[in-house]
Amino acid sequence: MATPIEAPTLDFSSRFPEGVVADERKGFEGYIVDADKLIEFATALRDEFGYDYLSSVTGVDYVAEEMLEVVYHAYKTIGGAGLVYKVQVARDKAEVPSLYDVFPGADFQEREAWDLMGIKFTGHPDLRRILLWEGFDGHPLRKDWQEAYYEADVKPFKSRWPEGNFYRSEEKVDYKANVKYPGNFDPEKWVPEGEDALYGSLAKYEDTDTSGLKTDHITVNLGPQHPSTHGVFRIAATLDGETIMNMKPVMGYLHRNHEKIGERNTYLQNMPFTDRLDYLSSMSNNFGYALAVEKLMNIEVPERAEYIRVLMAELTRVQNHLFAIGMFLNDLGAFFTPSLYAIEERELVLDIFEMVSGSRMMCNYFRFGGLARDLPEGALTMIRGLAFERLPRKVDEMDRFLSDNEILRSRTVGQGYLSAEDAIRYSAAGPMLRASGVPYDIRRADPYSIYDRFDFNVAVRQNGDIFDRYIIRLDEIRESLRIIQQAVEQIPEGPIQTGKPQYQVRVPAGESYGRVEGPKGELGFYVVSDGKANPYRYHVRAPSFINLTAFGPMCQGLKIADVVAVLGSIDIVLGETDR
Amino acid sequence: MYGKGILKGLGVTLKRFVNTYVDDLKWLGKRYYTAEGLAHRSSKDASGIFTVQYPEEKLPVPEEFRFIPFLVYDETEEGNEIRCTSCGICAKVCPPQCIWIVRTSDPKTGRPVPAPADFTIDADICMNCGLCSEYCPFDAIKMDHDYEIASYGRTVYGLEDLMKPASYYAEIRPINNSIEEAARKAKEEAKAAKAAARAAKAAQ
Repeated sequence: MATPIEAPTLDFSSRFPEGVVADERKGFEGYIVDADKLIEFATALRDEFGYDYLSSVTGVDYVAEEMLEVVYHAYKTIGGAGLVYKVQVARDKAEVPSLYDVFPGADFQEREAWDLMGIKFTGHPDLRRILLWEGFDGHPLRKDWQEAYYEADVKPFKSRWPEGNFYRSEEKVDYKANVKYPGNFDPEKWVPEGEDALYGSLAKYEDTDTSGLKTDHITVNLGPQHPSTHGVFRIAATLDGETIMNMKPVMGYLHRNHEKIGERNTYLQNMPFTDRLDYLSSMSNNFGYALAVEKLMNIEVPERAEYIRVLMAELTRVQNHLFAIGMFLNDLGAFFTPSLYAIEERELVLDIFEMVSGSRMMCNYFRFGGLARDLPEGALTMIRGLAFERLPRKVDEMDRFLSDNEILRSRTVGQGYLSAEDAIRYSAAGPMLRASGVPYDIRRADPYSIYDRFDFNVAVRQNGDIFDRYIIRLDEIRESLRIIQQAVEQIPEGPIQTGKPQYQVRVPAGESYGRVEGPKGELGFYVVSDGKANPYRYHVRAPSFINLTAFGPMCQGLKIADVVAVLGSIDIVLGETDR
Repeated sequence: MYGKGILKGLGVTLKRFVNTYVDDLKWLGKRYYTAEGLAHRSSKDASGIFTVQYPEEKLPVPEEFRFIPFLVYDETEEGNEIRCTSCGICAKVCPPQCIWIVRTSDPKTGRPVPAPADFTIDADICMNCGLCSEYCPFDAIKMDHDYEIASYGRTVYGLEDLMKPASYYAEIRPINNSIEEAARKAKEEAKAAKAAARAAKAAQ
């Protein structure tokens, strides 16, 4: 790792005498940038101030102020705290210059903000809806948009108590009044223009065949129903023979607008919903959300709870990576033997989760300021047994079983290359970033919880190919086991919750961004509070979603069969991608 | 040598294959359909095949395991007494809002009475998060252990379906129950002591 350079102090007033002011609203931080200065500002941040990693782009609808705000979170890949900057535009004329040229990683996130918020990013080369379908009416994350079966703006609903006479929503809502359609919508006559736009966006490739033969390119859709896509996910690709010329992922088939649900929920009610994002690693999701809200509430977490949190987060990483490796081998054609070997070990970790939290996958274990309950008797012994005895042995066995396999190596070594520069530019996170030689791990770069106490290495590999993205997961399991071993040894006795457990927490007005190094990458929760019982804005920076930005560029020039291997090496979960 | 990696991998598979039979022999037919065999197969020392022969065998669920809530009632000499006071905290904390409570009111005065007139849980919507039981101040709503409730139709539980005796609760969650029992007892004793002190003061 390069020695961190002393960054210039953040004195924007001399560099930008106009157009950049500090955000002085109470509880808010960062800078407000004029829309016409945005590209210049972002470029300067990247080139002069060292904020080369654009982590998150999202919008907030301040309906009372008649204003939409685009929020950018930038970080340095050499580590350290981040920088927030915002652009404010009028609600009825929401146009912001696109940062696509400065940070290509903004691609999908800007499309998402356009899709859900209706913010137009001028200069974006392919600004289409990304999660919703093309004929969708309106932009659902705007505060005045109401979903099907809308009952009230916020939970709890008045109809449930004290006069809670049960009915089903569909009994009260007419079937036709369920979904809103654009004006004059006729399903018989509707043409999916979005599909044309999708295929049009793929057809930028020009034929360079010099032999005089005229060749056609064919467009192939892989998915949405395809076993290799790990869910419902579609890849539209233009092929020249078997070679991929251009490729775009199409997603949103599992979209349920998690963020809108989150804004209807109270803070605590959101906790079990975060389990359903990346359903393979719910403890990490809990962790990120708890951190974001705790930052707003400004409360501390007791020692013992911190240790249990770290234990759970690392066990989650272990089981997620085991599953990822197993399923990746499935994608390569090693039909289920490696994945079942991996799932066996994962089951033992899930046994611990079930014992501790009551559920194997939907853990819902973290609370603001602590945990739902203490570890039951015997849990630590089980964790000990796994972390000291079984898992190290089994990870080595996995390594012996797979890593030298010639078929695996010939399918993966040198394929699906992503350079370190590109990984940063495309805002790739987690194992994908580190396999490209960027030693960026939030646990080390911007430590949260008690990660600064543990002795572990940031796993990093230099080649940036599929094989490195596979092997780095084994490295990370080993490092996680080291952390677990230390945490089990050091865990103190004590309370596991600050203050009394409350179902209605008081969250002061303001914003916060809590991020954790999830198994799939940087998992961030951006929460804006207006002091009421429900979050005003709740945004998830989903690593599975943003890691896919680099998917298309990585696949260019590969054979169609390798796309599946590349996708397997990214390790996505559609519950999180589509949200 | 090309192919060495594959052979090494196949060696691992072979070892696993053999291990299953070795383990079978070690357990002399007790590996399956016995509680010890089942515990062994899901412990850190397990080797060979893990499979649990569901539904003939079932993994024991841990105490904290949670599935669809139920309402606890105490069996007293005067009959069954439901612990729920229809305070509505569970309905308010429920993330998918699947709990519906009708509060009882006194027919004469119209004032609320601490017992539910009706209690509905839409189990199709319930996400088994356990928040209702976690925040219930009266230990009245608890999460069940019975997970085999698949049905062809919709599952909506009314007050009658939800009621289960305190003895059942003590059976499925012995540790939690004893902690709560002790806390309730301490509270009652404190209350009684207070009342006695007040009575003594009044007598003076």
